[in-house]
Amino acid sequence: MAIAAARADARLTPRRSEDTAARRIVSIIPATTEMLFAMGAGDRVVAVGSYDRFPPQVEKLPRVGALLDPNVERIIALKPDLVVLYGTQADLRMQLERARIPFYPYLHHGLPDVTETIRSLGARVGVAAQANALADRIEQQLASTRTRVAREARPKTLLVFGREAGTLRGIAASGGVGFLHDMLEAAGATDALADVKQQSVMMSTELVLARAPEVIIELRYGRVDAAARDDLKVWNALASVPAVKNRQLFVLQGDEFVVPGPRVADATARLASTLHPQAFR
Amino acid sequence: MRRRIAVTIAGFGALAIAVCILAPLVGTTNISLARVFDRSIAFADNVDAQVFFVARLPRVLAAVLVGGAFAVAGVVFQAFLRNPLASPDTLGVSSGATLGAVIVITFHLDVAVRGVSALPVASFAGSAGALGVVYLMSLARRRGTSSTVLLLGGVALSAFLGALNRLVQVLGDYTDVFRSMRWMMGSLDVGSYTDIIVPLVPMVAALAAIATLPRVLDLVSLGEPAAESRGVDVKKAERVALVSASLLTGSAVSIGGPVPFVGIIVPHIVRLIVGADHRVVLPAALLFGGSFLVLCDLVARTAFGPAGMPVGAVTALIGGPFFLWLLFRKFR
Repeated sequence: MAIAAARADARLTPRRSEDTAARRIVSIIPATTEMLFAMGAGDRVVAVGSYDRFPPQVEKLPRVGALLDPNVERIIALKPDLVVLYGTQADLRMQLERARIPFYPYLHHGLPDVTETIRSLGARVGVAAQANALADRIEQQLASTRTRVAREARPKTLLVFGREAGTLRGIAASGGVGFLHDMLEAAGATDALADVKQQSVMMSTELVLARAPEVIIELRYGRVDAAARDDLKVWNALASVPAVKNRQLFVLQGDEFVVPGPRVADATARLASTLHPQAFR
Repeated sequence: MRRRIAVTIAGFGALAIAVCILAPLVGTTNISLARVFDRSIAFADNVDAQVFFVARLPRVLAAVLVGGAFAVAGVVFQAFLRNPLASPDTLGVSSGATLGAVIVITFHLDVAVRGVSALPVASFAGSAGALGVVYLMSLARRRGTSSTVLLLGGVALSAFLGALNRLVQVLGDYTDVFRSMRWMMGSLDVGSYTDIIVPLVPMVAALAAIATLPRVLDLVSLGEPAAESRGVDVKKAERVALVSASLLTGSAVSIGGPVPFVGIIVPHIVRLIVGADHRVVLPAALLFGGSFLVLCDLVARTAFGPAGMPVGAVTALIGGPFFLWLLFRKFR
């Protein structure tokens, strides 16, 4: 994949000076759409992906599919001079190559990739100065969160991003790699699944009991779920888990937790203030 | 013959009991049995007891029920449709259940009322919808259609429900799609006893109805005219059989999702071991199907690291080679 991305990057190397500034951008990834708006290139975005929700301006833009179902015809019809897509969308890349439409392949693994992508995307679009300032700001904010919780004890924390309502079935938790894991560690926690090198782990109830997390944080995104806090009571079935025993169960709502874009610093700060309220008083 | 039935039930029963006692003792966490049953430690503080009673025991019970139900349903469908490739999903019942579950996941309808969550209820409702269509098809059978037509109708219904299912999935976002896929792979980690007890009611009713059928199943497998000449009301027996087997399938899917393979291959494994007499095959399939799924789930939760593996990925992995081995041994 790294080779493929490098090859695609080589294709993107601007040959003429006017290539550097993109004027009509299609971004089908929520994270990159947020980045483009945050770096001041929002007015150049002409279409977005099906799942893009932020900032509110995207609601007015046409939607052209997403990771699994990009609508190539509509993308081409919009006459973009840059398409921001997932690095894994090989078919879409081939079709755009044939149509001679430049693209920016996006891949992300951990938290450092967020600011790295902001810098390189900013340079590609032609707003390098604003993008670098944005990336610096995010890095400073992350550093300040890290400093704030540096002296606090690091509770063993389970970060849950999916579960069937009303039961302990289908628990999906963040594993020891990826931006959620990085955010959790930056917020002053020890990831209860740090040794499981997967981005998402399907948790059995036995694994929750065995890992005995001191804190459980559930992330809710998409529409606001008013019953989420009440639904935390299902964890009571696992009474021996320290987080359950000591009532250290929390729900955090917001799309910023699942979009590795410019709001990661805010999301990390929210995680940190949940884990260490005393440090944020 | 009585003796053969008794010996078979004793043998497969012993296997099922052994598996159900041993399986909860094994897992990724080490627990001490003495501590599990130590009354001097409060349950809330006893991690070993919680691993045993909350995590493992309901899971083993779920596996034994789901495995047994799929296997018996498979036996009934294969006998009545006179087709070795028939399975509990041949008539679209588990496609219906899947559609129900996917609708709940995609439109975020999963609320829980008094500890009973909407997902198993919806999947059961979906299977009941498919069952209704199956019932109408079996009524049409009275007017002289053949079991091949019923089979084709089932395949068409399955395909139709599968298409609706994909249509609904497209409407959801990627996290919904991910959850739907996980549900379709099957999971027996029920985490509570409510999820098992509620579907037990229709399951027991269906098994009681099927228990009246072994002789009919034997005759029907030989062909409809043969059965009718021996005084069997084939149409009526068929309705009882198809409705009960579908009910069994729907209940099983609502517990563990559409676990593949058990319903199609376990009946054949059992017949290779005990022969074709349904008085023996039915109880043997119930007990062996249960034991088989408990063992598969044991492998699923222990052999692939702490995160485990969906049980649906393991059933064919273990059952496939085992079935081929039995087959080659028999026809060498």
